[in-house]
Amino acid sequence: MAPSHPVPGAPRVFALVGNPNCGKSTLFNALTGLKQKVGNYPGVTVEKKIGTAYSQHGQAMTVIDMPGAYSLAARSPDEAVTRDVLLGRRSDTPMPDRIICIVDASNLERSLYLVHQILDLGRPVILVLNMMDIAAKSGFTLRTARLEKELGIPVIPCEAVNGKGLIDLRLAMSRPDLPLSRHAWNIPAAIAPAVAELQASLASDEKPPLSARAEALLLLTDQDAVRVSGSTPLSERTSAILKGWQRRWEGEGTDWAAILVQARYDAIGRIAGEVVQRVPAGPSATERIDMLVTHPLWGWIILGAVMTLVFLGIFTLAEYPMDWIDHRVAGFGGWVRSVLPAGDLRNLLTDGAIAGVGSILVFLPQILILFFFIGLLESTGYMARAAFIMDRLMSRVGLNGRSFIPMLSSYACAIPGIMATRTIEDAKDRLVTILVAPLMSCSARLPVYLLMMAALVPGDRVPLMTKVGLMMLMYGLGTGGAFGFAWLFKRTLLKGAPSMMIMELPPYHLPRLRDVVFQMAERAWVFVRNAGTVILAISIVLWFLSAYPRSPQGAPPQEQLAHSFAGDAGRAMEPLIKPLGFDWRVGIGLISSFAAREVFVSSTAVVFSVDNIGEGKAMNVAPLRTALRDARWPDGRTLFTPLVCLCLMIYYVFAMQCMSTVAVVRRETNSLRWPLFQIVYMTGTAWVVTFIVYQAGRALGF
Amino acid sequence: MAVEAKAKLSELPIGASAIVRGYPKAGASFLRLREMGVLPGTSVTLVRTAPLGDPLEIKVRGYNLTLRKSEAEHIVVERV
Repeated sequence: MAPSHPVPGAPRVFALVGNPNCGKSTLFNALTGLKQKVGNYPGVTVEKKIGTAYSQHGQAMTVIDMPGAYSLAARSPDEAVTRDVLLGRRSDTPMPDRIICIVDASNLERSLYLVHQILDLGRPVILVLNMMDIAAKSGFTLRTARLEKELGIPVIPCEAVNGKGLIDLRLAMSRPDLPLSRHAWNIPAAIAPAVAELQASLASDEKPPLSARAEALLLLTDQDAVRVSGSTPLSERTSAILKGWQRRWEGEGTDWAAILVQARYDAIGRIAGEVVQRVPAGPSATERIDMLVTHPLWGWIILGAVMTLVFLGIFTLAEYPMDWIDHRVAGFGGWVRSVLPAGDLRNLLTDGAIAGVGSILVFLPQILILFFFIGLLESTGYMARAAFIMDRLMSRVGLNGRSFIPMLSSYACAIPGIMATRTIEDAKDRLVTILVAPLMSCSARLPVYLLMMAALVPGDRVPLMTKVGLMMLMYGLGTGGAFGFAWLFKRTLLKGAPSMMIMELPPYHLPRLRDVVFQMAERAWVFVRNAGTVILAISIVLWFLSAYPRSPQGAPPQEQLAHSFAGDAGRAMEPLIKPLGFDWRVGIGLISSFAAREVFVSSTAVVFSVDNIGEGKAMNVAPLRTALRDARWPDGRTLFTPLVCLCLMIYYVFAMQCMSTVAVVRRETNSLRWPLFQIVYMTGTAWVVTFIVYQAGRALGF
Repeated sequence: MAVEAKAKLSELPIGASAIVRGYPKAGASFLRLREMGVLPGTSVTLVRTAPLGDPLEIKVRGYNLTLRKSEAEHIVVERV
């Protein structure tokens, strides 16, 4: 009965399928250990994880960890990929021979819905009842043998967290004779003829008969809103049949999707009635925690405390490795300088490649720590509560609660924020969140803000209240901008069905540190590998622009820069930025900060010929501040008036000046169009807002 | 009596249980609600609202689910 494998001796392919939050990743890690390959499904930003597991006899088996899904009638790109792989609609992924369904044993009824759809597929299925311990604690008794008999497939009780049940699972996986499910359920009479007709049409597209029936059933609930790239579309005949039936049902007032879902739940209800027994237990730990965590007052306090902790953690913990990396990179650059003969190659390596990659590596600790915290919030279940609490506020701009953590994370760094948007189901909501996240003032903007505040205020110290006020203004502008643009995009560019907030609040779990660290390392590696090449290339281009054409030997660095292509570019763009109060030297700073915003400070130091201002904590902006105050336009006017300093800060709030973010957006949106759009709209806004502020300020006599 | 007990899910007091009697068929969110196990005949309990009053948290088939008031307004329930 089981489909024979095309290549004899090649490992069997298992798909691991389950709802979100059912412990699927933990089981996958336990089965495959470190033998995993992580990538993307071509054309969609859905994580593709393939690993190798070994049977008790050491035989290799391939396991594909499918993205979490509640139903095969896809509502999100994640679910669409799961559906398409299982139906063999993706040419980039082998159609799995066998399917492992994992469910949360304490939530059997709902979980069986997906299982029910999968049993239809006509492939051998192993059902794993995970979290048996938690189910027992909540008063459930599950008659596994009965379930096995009802479904006719192996049912394996398991605690993936402790590795319990893994041996049984491996034994079942290596069985040569895995049975097909015996479970029979009646397709409701109202839709049966349509299913038969669709099935016949699909079968003539060379699909195996059972799979064709499953797909026919699915078509009735799948409105195929989520057609993802890489998936084979339906044949014209099949879609014509489907449309015909839908028209007919609409005329008759038949709610075909509801009938089908109801029929499945009826069948599930009968099974669950036989299998599940529940002794009422007192309020669970989750219920008690939620009383506090979603409390009208304590909920806010806890959310505030958790977020403060995360940010404190990022800023304090990241500092040491950041300094360390800074020193290492500088040390490595120095070493290269000392071993290579002076010349262009040496400069290319030290000032271009090493400095460029270093400017990214320096953010890596922050990114890692943020990934760690995000992973922790996800795996404990708190993430869903934060989304629940924040949904009302986020819905004001047309987003939903799930956009909250990615946007908040972007205050530290937009990169992990953007990568965390994968938890947002709705593709348009996710895109809007990605587009506006870089407007949240990230930590790389701080050095620029601080320098400009120092230059803005006379005297050596910036009064505390001025500092706080200006900072709040900058963060407020960025946040307001982000929400304003989210509102605008949801109403214009990415208009769609109103986002929904149908979300499971999973029981709290103690985090599995191993899984969290695993995921953190995976995400960071994805970032370094994908963004790294783009960043390396851009760093080299930026270096080239500032190093060529070469000035005569012995010219001071500011001469070199002034006469370089970057200097030319700065002068060429002066007419464009003069209305903002900036001259060509500021222009050079703006161009160079495309490497990373804080580079503005060091390149400005070079342009205004201030030697060695130091880096990181040792940075002393005093000489630079003096130089900035002394800077003049050719006609003798002061360049950095307080108004211009303020304008420059405002410009940095809005402008898109971070190639790492651009690289990540390109990867996460899987297109060049969106990052380009982002550069244009953000930098355009920066120009317009700065222009208004500068011109209004001038008119008012500042 | 039974007629009087009909209400919208969004109007249930916190802690109250009710049986779902019906809701519109159109719309992606209602199909997803069905797939998540909220069907005519299903018993649901309103657990709480979020601190700002929206969304709602309900208990259905032994697990906790959130949905917005704008969706709950269309769901007719019968108090038990």
